[in-house]
Amino acid sequence: MIRLPWIAEPRIGRTGPRALLAPLIAVVTTVAAAVILMSSQGVAPSRAIWQLYIAPLSSLYNLSEVLLKMAPLLIIAQGLAIGFRAKVWNIGAEGQLLLGAIGGSLLPLWFNDSVNPMMLPAMALCGMLFGMGWAALAAFLRTRFNANEILVTLMLNSIALQLLYYLVSGPLRDPYGFNFPQSAPFPPVAMLPSLFGMGRTNVSIIVALLATVAAWIFAERSMTGYKLQVGGVAPDAARYAGFREKRAVWLSLCIGGAAAGLAGVFEVGGPLGQLQRVVSPGYGFAAIIVAFLGGLNAIGILFAAFFMAVIYVGGDMAQASAGVPYAVNTSLQGVLLVSYIAARLFIDYRVRWRRDITQQGVN
Amino acid sequence: MGTTLAFLLSGTLLAATPLLLAAIGELIVERSGILNLSIEGMMALGAVVGFATIMATGSHWLALGAGGTAGVALSVLFAGVVLLALGNQVATGIAVGILGLGLSGLIGKSYEGMTVAPMKRMPIPVLSEIPIIGPGLFNHSLLVYLAPLLAVGLWWMLRSTRIGLVIRAVGESPESAHAIGYSVLMTRFLAIMVGGFMAGLAGAFIATVSATLWSDGLIAGRGWIVVALVVFATWRVDRLVIGAYLFGLATIAELLVQGMGISVPSQLLTSIPYIATIIAISILSMDSRKMRLNSPASLGRTYNSTA
Repeated sequence: MIRLPWIAEPRIGRTGPRALLAPLIAVVTTVAAAVILMSSQGVAPSRAIWQLYIAPLSSLYNLSEVLLKMAPLLIIAQGLAIGFRAKVWNIGAEGQLLLGAIGGSLLPLWFNDSVNPMMLPAMALCGMLFGMGWAALAAFLRTRFNANEILVTLMLNSIALQLLYYLVSGPLRDPYGFNFPQSAPFPPVAMLPSLFGMGRTNVSIIVALLATVAAWIFAERSMTGYKLQVGGVAPDAARYAGFREKRAVWLSLCIGGAAAGLAGVFEVGGPLGQLQRVVSPGYGFAAIIVAFLGGLNAIGILFAAFFMAVIYVGGDMAQASAGVPYAVNTSLQGVLLVSYIAARLFIDYRVRWRRDITQQGVN
Repeated sequence: MGTTLAFLLSGTLLAATPLLLAAIGELIVERSGILNLSIEGMMALGAVVGFATIMATGSHWLALGAGGTAGVALSVLFAGVVLLALGNQVATGIAVGILGLGLSGLIGKSYEGMTVAPMKRMPIPVLSEIPIIGPGLFNHSLLVYLAPLLAVGLWWMLRSTRIGLVIRAVGESPESAHAIGYSVLMTRFLAIMVGGFMAGLAGAFIATVSATLWSDGLIAGRGWIVVALVVFATWRVDRLVIGAYLFGLATIAELLVQGMGISVPSQLLTSIPYIATIIAISILSMDSRKMRLNSPASLGRTYNSTA
């Protein structure tokens, strides 16, 4: 029987500043992988690093693109992290985002000549309800039938995409749009006001920052947040204390769904300005990575969302200027999360060589 | 009517084969206690590597082997993170899956939209002469016949061989398996590699045998259907086979309904496998006692094999 030459002992208690090591290792690994992948596409290493990580921060316009992409990632990841801490695995943020986009589009499409200033808040509410409702399906099936929420939310992603395709090629298609699978453009009152007056950043980033504050307060200062966390770390203790598991499932999925739905509204009411076949470049999945990379911590997620947004913008720019395929983005997201999880070994465990231990005479 | 029925049978078999192949692998992995959610990425990588191989060599068998090998490569990464770095299986599966999808897009960039010649069929003598059933069931490439035979082999292996017993023991209680001297680490590592091979093989089958083309997004959620299929089958091989052919039928229902001239939105038909999965999982999970009885007890739980 083989025996590994090292021992990993679980660490007890708070990890402290050591926890920063894992995201750091993950970022360094990702940059290294970026250089390799870009070289395979014929881009020199120095140019690759410039393209992916420096260019996105090099001008105000590019920075505003980063903030534009950071907003949905941040909002969704904060919502998901609440559920992940309670060990409720909502993998369906992408579908919930799409439902939010659909829900948020209904009002500006039905009242296309509206000038009512309440349009945007109403869209946001409607989108959040749609996203929440989509996630609530999974919560209902989990609490009523014990159906695994990972699989149900995953399936709901695929169904949401088909629902969107159906709507933009049928009921919600622009009647004057030459049969293109997209809705009519939104009226000006349905568009998010831009920030700074330049670039495409809009108020969504402000909302995302407010959501971060709310998530921090919820996790660190509220009884409900505490109950959820106990349920995730020590389910038996939570049950003994009378914290109901079903409530945790409902709450986790509804919060995550509403957050993703809001992000969907911000896409159609922001950079898109209409409902179309492609609403999100995988924000729902990327936000899962962001939530983990941020250590499921509201402040950590803030930094993780920023870094992920830089990857997105850098990848977009590399695609436009150097013809590097978009798949580089996707690959780097995978590398980022894989290396983060692997690096967590040294945070969550104390790793020692077996040899050293026997020399000390302890075993 | 006869040709429609033959087409229906043949299409179902063709759509079900990759699902069954990948699900056989995933069933072994899950029986050993590991939840591998990266099947979609492994199938995508297997598909593109298989496609690249057939473009270079013209051989379907080399393509299938190369696709399987690509799946193994990705599965070694998954196994390393989950078994050695003790990573969370859900998060690791998603991460490795995203990586596989990304790499498949990178490798496949230069093959986008290309097609290859279909694999040589092996009509079974006599049987393939039967009207309707013959062309429907007995005029396929070898792997289509092989997949259900593999499933029978898996059923026998899990039930009556030493290796099957070890896999089940490790999946039920890694602590007990370790205590009586089985290597949890080795068993799971090998199971994950077999799962990776089968997923890569299934992907290569789609790219080079059934679809005979490469385009980004070719796998289109089939990997997730495979994961659902194993739960649908409550980790039993007999139900896995039935489920695979039912799901195969569902995926070609779109063509069938259109053929009959019924006007249903194609998007609804595309959603049928996903909706069916949700309903099936809900019904099967209802009896939580039965679910616990069938599911590998340690599924998804991190086991520290260094301690």
